[in-house]
Amino acid sequence: MNNVVILPVIIPVIAGLMMVLFRKKIRLHRLLSVLALFALLLVSIFLILQIETVGIQVLQAGGWPAPYGISFVADMFAALLLLSASIVALFCLLYSFRSIGREREEHYFYPLFLFLIAGVNGSFLTGDLFHLFVCFEVMLISSYVLISLGGTGRQLRESLKYILVNVVSSSLFLVAVAYLYALTGTLNFAHLSVVVAKVGQEGLMTTVALLFLLVFSIKSALFLFFWLPESYSAPPTAIAAIFAALLTKVGLYTIFRMFTLIFYHEPQITHQFIGVLGAATMVLGAFGAVAFSDIKKILTYNVIVGAGFVIAGLAAFTADGVMGSVFYLLHDILVKGLIFLIGGAIIRLTGTSNLNEVSGLIRYHPYLGWMFFISALSLAGIPPLSGFVGKIFITKGTFQAEYFWLGAVGLLTSLMVLYSLMKVFMNVFWGETTLSKEKEKGTTKGLVLPISGLTALSVMLGLGAEVILPYVRIAAETLLVPSQYIKAVLGLGE
Amino acid sequence: MMEILMSLLVGLFFTIGTYLILSKNLMRIILGTSIITHGVHLLILTMGGLKNGGPPLLGESFAAFTDSLPQALILTSIVINFAVTALFLVLSYRAYKTLGTVDIEEMRGTADE
Repeated sequence: MNNVVILPVIIPVIAGLMMVLFRKKIRLHRLLSVLALFALLLVSIFLILQIETVGIQVLQAGGWPAPYGISFVADMFAALLLLSASIVALFCLLYSFRSIGREREEHYFYPLFLFLIAGVNGSFLTGDLFHLFVCFEVMLISSYVLISLGGTGRQLRESLKYILVNVVSSSLFLVAVAYLYALTGTLNFAHLSVVVAKVGQEGLMTTVALLFLLVFSIKSALFLFFWLPESYSAPPTAIAAIFAALLTKVGLYTIFRMFTLIFYHEPQITHQFIGVLGAATMVLGAFGAVAFSDIKKILTYNVIVGAGFVIAGLAAFTADGVMGSVFYLLHDILVKGLIFLIGGAIIRLTGTSNLNEVSGLIRYHPYLGWMFFISALSLAGIPPLSGFVGKIFITKGTFQAEYFWLGAVGLLTSLMVLYSLMKVFMNVFWGETTLSKEKEKGTTKGLVLPISGLTALSVMLGLGAEVILPYVRIAAETLLVPSQYIKAVLGLGE
Repeated sequence: MMEILMSLLVGLFFTIGTYLILSKNLMRIILGTSIITHGVHLLILTMGGLKNGGPPLLGESFAAFTDSLPQALILTSIVINFAVTALFLVLSYRAYKTLGTVDIEEMRGTADE
């Protein structure tokens, strides 16, 4: 039992609720939200250190023993994701101070932001399938409001589609939960793992597993990403960045949890299917990224490519593949957030997201340009940046599992990602400077600071990979040996 | 027997919900999502097993008790669905005021927004 495990969920909730009471006090909102996210950062570092020395941390809510109550479980995978989520949230928050606007701030932007983080953290930490659904809904309802906050025509239209897609997929989620409950009679992850291992993963169980895969594919933009490009380009930059960095990753995290802990008995069916989905996602996402000449569209399609790449490591299902996936997830959370923030800064300067109307920004904004360059290289996986480490492990994993096609697709789409981002870089930053300093539509004052902070961190993640890899290795090992998780949750007796 | 009837009912709910979601009117779509969610609730109830014991209360002398977990799940899900539907309705009203239509086809935007 460890009460610290629940802190990442309740800190943002309590801070958010306090802010709701004082609606007009924007300064208080800013202070409280920074403090809350900073506290989250410290808590997740504390959890990581504790997991490293003592092992998986568990909290049984209300003191009810495992299969009967709701368990909160922090293993290394969840804790690492908590850490990167709180980092990227902190920087998106700093970015929003100067860009989100008074109107949105007064309409509960900061509380909603924190509720979103609470939902994300809850999904990472929960050890119960139905509680996972509840955390998902907390996250989604906050995102519904955030995506429509401001109420422009485009935002409203996209939010309606976004809500519809998510409501339908949430219903399917519950259908899958109902079937699984009928088959196993439990909803606790660890207990589910034990029961599924005992009764065997027969045809019906695999069907339920695929239904879960369908649900989380919609949520994580794995193959079923039709809703993503439009809805992620509608909201303002800070919101789009946190969506791109975190929301799809929560879906990916759940796929990892379900298919390493519970449904790992038939990898030649489920994991191979996941691999096919991953490859298709990478190819389609990369084509989208190459095809458009709109910054927002290019970046949102890159989110989709990232989802496909992360899942390739799970499809391989080897130690190296899973390790690569965990590392790539951490990298993707930071760098996707970063590149969205930079893209937003460009649009703010020029007033347009069309590549053909912008050129030569590097003359007055060299830092912005080079930071975009660094994050583009990092996303494409150029050494020594952080994308490289993840990509090399994932590719190694797919080769070990003899999914050569999957590894090849991953590498080819990396080139397409590089091309799409270099297209942005060359169009926007090179060429004749058409926009004089006075004619700029907005200012990057206050925006460069969070961007450079996040750039520094993502470079450090690449250069300091040696420091982080031991933790990633622990995370991957825990994922591949479900008995550790089960033992921690259900106790030694079972 | 009861389970089969319930399953048919769940199927009917899903059919109606899907039909409504596929229509063009935003109001019908929202009602469709609501009906599908009700179908899901009945499904959870059916999947937990119907009528196999007394009420799950301590002190009652029954040999078997009905599983109370599905009911707890449904209660939670109803609350969430209630909140989401309310939000969805409010947003659609706002969209109607801003965009001037509830027809999905007419809502399709232009590139220069």
